[in-house]
Formats: sequence, structure tokens, C-alpha cells
Amino acid sequence: MDAVMQKQDVRRDRRLRLPTLPVGGLAGTSFKPQHFEAILRDGPQRGFFEVHAENYMGAGGPPHRSLERIRSEHPLSLHGVCMSIGGPQPLDGEHLARFCALVERYEPALISEHLAWSTHQSTFFNDLLPLPYTEATLDHVCSHIDQVQDALRQQLLLENPSTYVAFEDSTMSETDFIRAIVRRTGCALLLDINNVLVSATNHGYPALDYLANFPFDKVREIHLAGHAEQSDDEGERLLIDSHDGPVAAAVWKLYEIVVARCGAIPTLVEWDSNIPEWRILRAEAGAAQLILDRYPARNVTVEYAA
Amino acid sequence: MPLEQVEDRRRSSFADRFAKGLTDPTCPTPGGLNGPRGKGALKRYNVYRNNVTVSLIDALVAIYPAVQRITGAEFFRAMARFHVRASPPASPLLFEYGRDFPDFIESYEYAQKMPWLADVARIERAWLDAYHAADAPPLAGAAMMQVPADRLGDIIFRIHPATRIVRSAYPAVAIFAMNRADAPVTSLKSNAAEDALVTRPDMEVEVRLLPPGNATFLASLIDSATLAEAASKALTETSSFDLSASIAGMIEAGVFTTVQPGD
Repeated sequence: MDAVMQKQDVRRDRRLRLPTLPVGGLAGTSFKPQHFEAILRDGPQRGFFEVHAENYMGAGGPPHRSLERIRSEHPLSLHGVCMSIGGPQPLDGEHLARFCALVERYEPALISEHLAWSTHQSTFFNDLLPLPYTEATLDHVCSHIDQVQDALRQQLLLENPSTYVAFEDSTMSETDFIRAIVRRTGCALLLDINNVLVSATNHGYPALDYLANFPFDKVREIHLAGHAEQSDDEGERLLIDSHDGPVAAAVWKLYEIVVARCGAIPTLVEWDSNIPEWRILRAEAGAAQLILDRYPARNVTVEYAA
Repeated sequence: MPLEQVEDRRRSSFADRFAKGLTDPTCPTPGGLNGPRGKGALKRYNVYRNNVTVSLIDALVAIYPAVQRITGAEFFRAMARFHVRASPPASPLLFEYGRDFPDFIESYEYAQKMPWLADVARIERAWLDAYHAADAPPLAGAAMMQVPADRLGDIIFRIHPATRIVRSAYPAVAIFAMNRADAPVTSLKSNAAEDALVTRPDMEVEVRLLPPGNATFLASLIDSATLAEAASKALTETSSFDLSASIAGMIEAGVFTTVQPGD
């Protein structure tokens, strides 16, 4: 497996010191390799980029070459998709080491992962899978986040999930679960507003109720994305977190409410399939920036409380 | 809830129960899941089944675009679905997935009429490995001129991390080249055996046809043989093997990083 990154591949030349670029009050987008040339043509711009960490865990080649270029001119958010923090089994130590090596190499302004699992036993399912909210799963999740933060020596932002099923075994609400995680681990949060709307619709509660119970003071990043629509067994609306289109009007409305209450938190527009031209994605981030600019930027210092 | 299911839930974790049916459509929806106000979980759980299978098929499409162009999307996705269900990934790095897909293609009942298809897949797999391989400056052409003539036979090459060889009993390189790009496919009348050389001297992956004898020669060099040992093996296999043309071609392709004197 000599195409996978090893610790020695990422020892960065000390002369290539990266600029510390503040992310406060900015809107950004997912960085997609097909947009690289168009982004360079635009030149350095106000905003930041987010990448899925796993796509940059190869040893070398074009992915690192383009990410180095992007990072030299823009703040970066490193978004892990596969740590499987929500699963019952121990974290994959090799994967965590690769994740830390990327943090060391690219010095991201924001580092996040999901409240979900994707690997079980020896199989990687390539999806963000749900967990029941119980005292037992809370213990697992907290010990996993402790392990990640100890390895990173930085604060992790945990993202709220979008889900399609609920577990009969759950003994607490998702927001109570997330509050308990924050209290016990000192992690911060990535509030995905599309996920809030998707889950609220799928589980039949008002999105505003969820937001009212969400610990806003711990939110360091916001995600916006598009969703698709299907139907459940009863023929009623089931929203799918598809990231394949523009941000829905209802999500923009919730976003305005959140920003009005919390201030201008760095906001990222995700778009992962049916990826449009760069100018369209850029315009989505521009729409978020217009809203952010109406409110004071909130301090987004990432802390480490260990 | 049936007693059996209660027992099952006591012994196994939620993830054991949830994971079971994700890649196995014959498994029923796991117990203990629901929607709001007692709604059913059949279609809801199927969203996850669909996400898992479709995203992994898409991962194979991304790694094997020429194979898909040859077979057509419908054939490819059906073949990939069998493979995803039989061999889901073991690593969270999707660019590592599908290493055993070429072998699967070789044994896939409906692909038997395309015996070269597995080798085209092997070239595509090598292409992706070269793409992600560690960066290293390729050996400069002038480096060979600094080796004293009487020491040439003893030298050992260090191989560039991106370098790969794929040997085929079919014209796999020509078929790969024709289908990896968007250009129109023309009919190919060839039953030549072809060896592919995959390199990445800088940021562009290159796939080229190796002349006869070259694959044996390079495979020996990769196994740390000296230049003389590797040349002798190549000549035994192919009497027309042209050593200087072969080395020049490989240096130009970026096969090596350094040259070291032997013992």
C-alpha cells in the first residue's frame, strides 16, 4: 500500500511556513479538484475552503500539490468523514495518525468530524450511519472524542447528523446527547443546518425546537447544503442529505435565524455530487457571505481544554 | 418483539444489528428502528442500504472509467454491485478500494467474452496508485553519463514510487488508451500481447506500451538486480532486446529516481 501516506511523507520543510489566515466571519465552499483551475483564475479571494480529510491521505501526487496551493492563499477547514466516532469499536489508530499528520502538514483553521459511524468490524460502509442515544453510546463517543483531541492537541468540532431512522433504545434526545458530549469532552460543534432540517422533517419535530435546544455558544462552524426528497413507508416526505444541489430556501431561513442569534460564524456551503461550475458554487458562498456581513463576527478561537 | 430478537439485542451491539443488512439485501430491516409516531423503518433503513451500495459502486466507477466505457454503465454497475456486496472495502480510504476487482472481473461469468477486460482494469488500478504515490524527482538523463563505462553493468536503479508494470496476454494498453479518453472508439484488430508501463514523473500519470523484453528487464531492476543481470534476463527472453533504447525510454518516462554503483 505504498500509495497511502506515511508519517515521513508529511514532514513539511520548515521553510514552507504556512500563513495563519483567520476564518472568522467568512463563508467558504467545499474544495473540488475540478474547480482548481477556475479558483486560481479568480485569484486569492475572501473566503475559505473545506476538504474531506480522507481524499488527502495518499502519499503524494496532484491532490497534495493542489491543496498546498489552495492552503497557501486561503484558510482551510479539514473535515473528517470516516473516523467512525459514533461506533462501538475502538478507533482505527492508523487512521487517526494519518488525520493528525494532515493537521500538522496543512495547519487547518477548523477541524471537524461527525457524530456517526462508518466502519464496523472490518468493513467500511462509506456512509454516515446513525446511533442510539443512550448512556452506553455516550460513553463510547466521549472516549473516542477524548482520544482524537488528545492526539490532535486541539479542539475538534463535532457535526450533528442527518438521520432517517430512530432507535427504540434511545433514552435521550439528540440535543441532550450533544450537550452531554460537549460538557464531558470540551469539544466544540459544527452546526449543519441542512442536517437539522432533514432530521427534523424525517422525525416529525420543528427544526426551531431542535435549534432552541442546541448549545449555540459552542458552535464554531456552520454547514449549509442541498437535500433531495423521497417518501417513507407511509408515503410522507423523507428528506435525503444528498449534497447534490443548491441550499434550500427553508435552510436559508433557518440560517438567518441562527446567524442573527449567534453572530457571523464561519459558514461552509457543501456540494458533493452533481457538482456545478465553480461560479455557481462561489455564488452560493457569496449568498451566505451577504448574510454574515450583516452581523458581527464572533470569536472563533479554537481552544483545547484538556 | 419475538424472544429471539430480544436475545439477539442483548448479545450484540446496535452496530452489529444495523450493519448486517447494509450490503445484504436478503437481510430483513433490523429490529428496534422506527420513524416518528410508530412509523415503519423499511424505506428509511433502505436509504442507508442504497447510500452504501450506490456510493461504493460509484467509487469503482471512479477508479475504472475505461472498463465502464467498454462495458456500458448498466453492465458495469451490475458487475460492481456483485463485487461491492461480496467484497466491501476494509479501509476508509476509497482510493485503496477495488484492488481485487480485476480478479473479480476475470472470474465474472458475464465478462468471459472480454478476456482482456481484467487487464484493462489492472492498468486503471495501477494508474490510481501512481496518481497517489509519493513525490520524487525522476532520474535525470545525464546521470547515466557520470557512471564509468566499466561500472555500468554493476549499477542498481532506485525505482520511482509511482512506477508500475502491468503485463497482458492481450492488447490491453491499446484498449485502455482508446477507452480512457473521450475520443471515439475505433475497431481494433490486434491479438498482440502488450505490457503497460505506468509512471508519474511529475504530476501527470503516463501509461505507455513497453517494447518486448522491457517488462522482464524492469521487473528484474525493481527486484534490485544489477543492470547486467536484468539485461541478461531480458535477452534470454527476447533476443532482439535493445538495452540502450530501453534505458533511455525508461529514464524519459520517469521510471527511476537515482542510480547507485553496485558492490
